[in-house]
Amino acid sequence: MGPRVGIVVFPGTNCEHDVAAALALVGAEPRFLWHGERTVGDVDAVVVPGGFAHGDYLRPGAIARFSPVMEAVGTFAVSGGPVVGICNGFQVLTEAGLLPGALQKNRRLRFMCTPVVVTVASDRSALTDGVAVGTALTLALNNFDGSYVCDRAVLDELRAEDRVVLRYSDNPNGSIDDIAGICNEGRNVVGLMPHPERASSELIGSADGLVLLRSLLSVAVG
Amino acid sequence: MRFAAQVEVRLRPGIADPESATIERALPALGFDDVSAMTTGRSFRFEIEAGSGEEAMERATALATRLLANPVMEDAEVSVSARGGG
Repeated sequence: MGPRVGIVVFPGTNCEHDVAAALALVGAEPRFLWHGERTVGDVDAVVVPGGFAHGDYLRPGAIARFSPVMEAVGTFAVSGGPVVGICNGFQVLTEAGLLPGALQKNRRLRFMCTPVVVTVASDRSALTDGVAVGTALTLALNNFDGSYVCDRAVLDELRAEDRVVLRYSDNPNGSIDDIAGICNEGRNVVGLMPHPERASSELIGSADGLVLLRSLLSVAVG
Repeated sequence: MRFAAQVEVRLRPGIADPESATIERALPALGFDDVSAMTTGRSFRFEIEAGSGEEAMERATALATRLLANPVMEDAEVSVSARGGG
């Protein structure tokens, strides 16, 4: 049996099956966590996948953070459990206060649906543990609100503490400091806008996302 | 007493505002080349039950900052007024 990974499903989530398939490819045992549940069960890691949780009404993630399961995800994160938010999942984690900053509309109001090259900026996170700094990965970007923003103090902290996990090689959306992904102080909670699960096979353009998912699994089982 | 509350949410100064920039770029084509400093925002209106105007303001402000606005990138301006016959 591989590591058990809970995949949070809100009304409007649409990447849960892609995440489950990609995780299964690298040996995980994925299971879905409906947003109305008050526990994450006996999982080893949690993924908050992409989509449009609760229709993205008000702001992406603004309503989702009040779903019952998010309290359990927060408790799991505080206890050191690895939690990864992808795209809309990243937005949910910032709204929930598990990660600093926010995601705003892309520069020039562009909906982006494109492969993107990111480089690993820190090898000390649940998603990049053991992945060499500087490694270039081709992942899929698919969002409207993907431009990372935070105040100066938070940015200084992220840099000083080596918490910028991924940077865009060629900033596509106006994200501050080319940030594509960050982690929390404990390094167990990671949010990123590009989709590793959509880069899980050469057949769909890239298999570069697998190295990140493998890292998550190895951290999950400690 | 019932109070009418209005919350205006706007992007904070210094936060990129691509929506306003896009609107502004479209204006010269309509002959409005005299317009600048465009900003956009959202307006929320609701009613709130409270013992006093002060309390209504406090509750509406809490709601605005905890949900309606994301303080990382947005400011909220709150106003309340007593509803007639309250």
